[in-house]
Amino acid sequence: MAQRIVIDPVTRIEGHAKISIFIDDAGNVSDAEFHVVEFRGFEKFCEGRPYSEMPGITPRICGICPVSHLLAAAKAGDAIMAVNIPPAADKLRRLMHLGQIIQRHALSFFHLSAPDFLLGWDTPPAKRNVFGLIASNADLARAGIRLRQFGQEIIQILGGQKIHPAWAVPGGVRSPLTEEGRARIRAWLPEAYATTKTAFDLFKKTLETHKKEVQTFGNFPSLFMGLVDPDGGWEHHGGKLRFTDSSGSIIADQLDPQKYYEYISEAVQGSSYLKSPYYSPLGFPDGMYRVGPLARLNVAEQMGTPKADAELKKFKKLTRGRSAVTSSFHYHYARLIEILTCIERVEAALDDADLLSEDLRADAGINSLRGVGVSEAPRGTLFHDYTVDRDGLLKKVNLIVATGQNNLAMNQTVAQIARYYVRGNKILEPMLNRVEHGIRCYDPCLSCSTHAVGQMPLHVQLIAPDGTVLHEVARG
Amino acid sequence: MVAKQAIETKPDAAKPALPRLATVWFGGCSGCHMSFLDLDEFLIELATKVELVFSPVMDVKEYPENVDVCLIEGAICNEDNLELLHKIRERTKVLISFGDCAVTANVPAIRNQLGLGNAESVLQRAYIECAQTNPSLPKEPGIVPPLLPRVMPVHEAVQVNYFLPGCPPPADRIKALLVPLLDGVEPKLEGLQLKFG
Repeated sequence: MAQRIVIDPVTRIEGHAKISIFIDDAGNVSDAEFHVVEFRGFEKFCEGRPYSEMPGITPRICGICPVSHLLAAAKAGDAIMAVNIPPAADKLRRLMHLGQIIQRHALSFFHLSAPDFLLGWDTPPAKRNVFGLIASNADLARAGIRLRQFGQEIIQILGGQKIHPAWAVPGGVRSPLTEEGRARIRAWLPEAYATTKTAFDLFKKTLETHKKEVQTFGNFPSLFMGLVDPDGGWEHHGGKLRFTDSSGSIIADQLDPQKYYEYISEAVQGSSYLKSPYYSPLGFPDGMYRVGPLARLNVAEQMGTPKADAELKKFKKLTRGRSAVTSSFHYHYARLIEILTCIERVEAALDDADLLSEDLRADAGINSLRGVGVSEAPRGTLFHDYTVDRDGLLKKVNLIVATGQNNLAMNQTVAQIARYYVRGNKILEPMLNRVEHGIRCYDPCLSCSTHAVGQMPLHVQLIAPDGTVLHEVARG
Repeated sequence: MVAKQAIETKPDAAKPALPRLATVWFGGCSGCHMSFLDLDEFLIELATKVELVFSPVMDVKEYPENVDVCLIEGAICNEDNLELLHKIRERTKVLISFGDCAVTANVPAIRNQLGLGNAESVLQRAYIECAQTNPSLPKEPGIVPPLLPRVMPVHEAVQVNYFLPGCPPPADRIKALLVPLLDGVEPKLEGLQLKFG
């Protein structure tokens, strides 16, 4: 008897979501789908507003990675004015973005995902969270909380507040770093390095005991996309796009990210508010690609900082260099390597006298009627595409956000985990948690993609075609 | 003001019952919840002062009964939001509109300015005009909740006990409201603590 299990609500992985699991006559999982069920409509309601308001409005798409939206919006504005921003402004934007990546990755690792693999999949749901981590290992929880705080402090020191700073503008930024701010950031560095090392040690031990998870949590071929610098190195704010395949071969390189529409298309699926972008030359759905930390490390040849480069070498050896790292469980691993390179880059940046410069803003009128701004948000490549009239009022807005680009892969991931762990008619809570973790690997941001953070409260019903509830599991 | 009451699932009966705190988000950006996490190390202290019973950062699937305080982030945008909000009101003593989207509907309500048919209009742009494959409106019944014709602040749908403005309210302001409340003292927010934006 074929059945459909609906996990409803899979709320709060940054927003609102559901999962359907389809069970065939033999009691095996035939498929699973991930549904995003929130939508706010930024692309439409921004029309008619001045493009210069967008760095104020679009961070409200997502309070977890507001800086990525802030910078993408400012960059789209740079393009509309057709200016090169002062070097100091670019360096300051980069510094704030490094803070953004550190805080978001620390949140994903310590607050959201680690309770699963550090406390254990079978830990009672009420304990399996950051407060459970506080109860079981207060020092570790404190270290994780403070690593996130470090990232947030960088944002606050530059922009005046931790969330939604009004700081970057088309043409540059509002204010420089101060001597005092520089000293405060520098003082955090030793602790940030130490916590990152602790996280690496813990995660490497985790890998030894989680071989099955590595094999089954989103382990399949796909393309990977991310920004790279001119030498093929890791990028987060500038650079060009590279696609690689699961063998590790480059299939397209140094693509102009402002012309994303020449190689990325979007598909709609009726069961989700989340669209599915795909690599146009391969069509839908074969053009499935992944973005975010795992993808960035797969496309990058080096990290560009010594400690992170040493870790990248070990990461690439996971497959003995024969292919890309294809398991989405390794998003966690990749996230730690990115935290490390961000801390190193912050440290290196602090010595640059330009950060204290007062030459921070280029000014110009409307010189281009279309502008695209691109950055690597913590969970993947983010595109803001604005079309304006001669007065700079927005005529059309398209946003392609990181999480959407992982939509096809997230669907395939929940299906793979469900097939492996779900058997017959009896649903066990730890099984559901594993399916959820498949989504958590991607650290999705459904506010961004349309809108959904955190853990997912679950209500699963196994329903027969005649509507009878065969089995019901409530978690909590 | 906040009654201290027995908690059924409490593992350690020796400890006194703690106020039951919930946090929830509707149509918003999660920024207010991020600001809650910006309480940083105070979270460790908070863990000894409250029992967190429902929140985006924990695994509880059903909004529980007998909640003392609930922080509500976000505007009411769709039918799922509205249904859960009514359940929360029934089961909670003190509701706090947490941040500008809950208080005024803020950025999500910009779509209201498009007038009648605004929901169809925003959907049309995203899923028809900005899609290359299968342009169509997501609407699987029971899965994708229909948008409300107009985005609402929380107090338009249910009674709210406290308003905490800010986009987001910074962590120290959250603390200034929450700490007295959890200690059973009437919180007083004034001056800069009542700032929007």
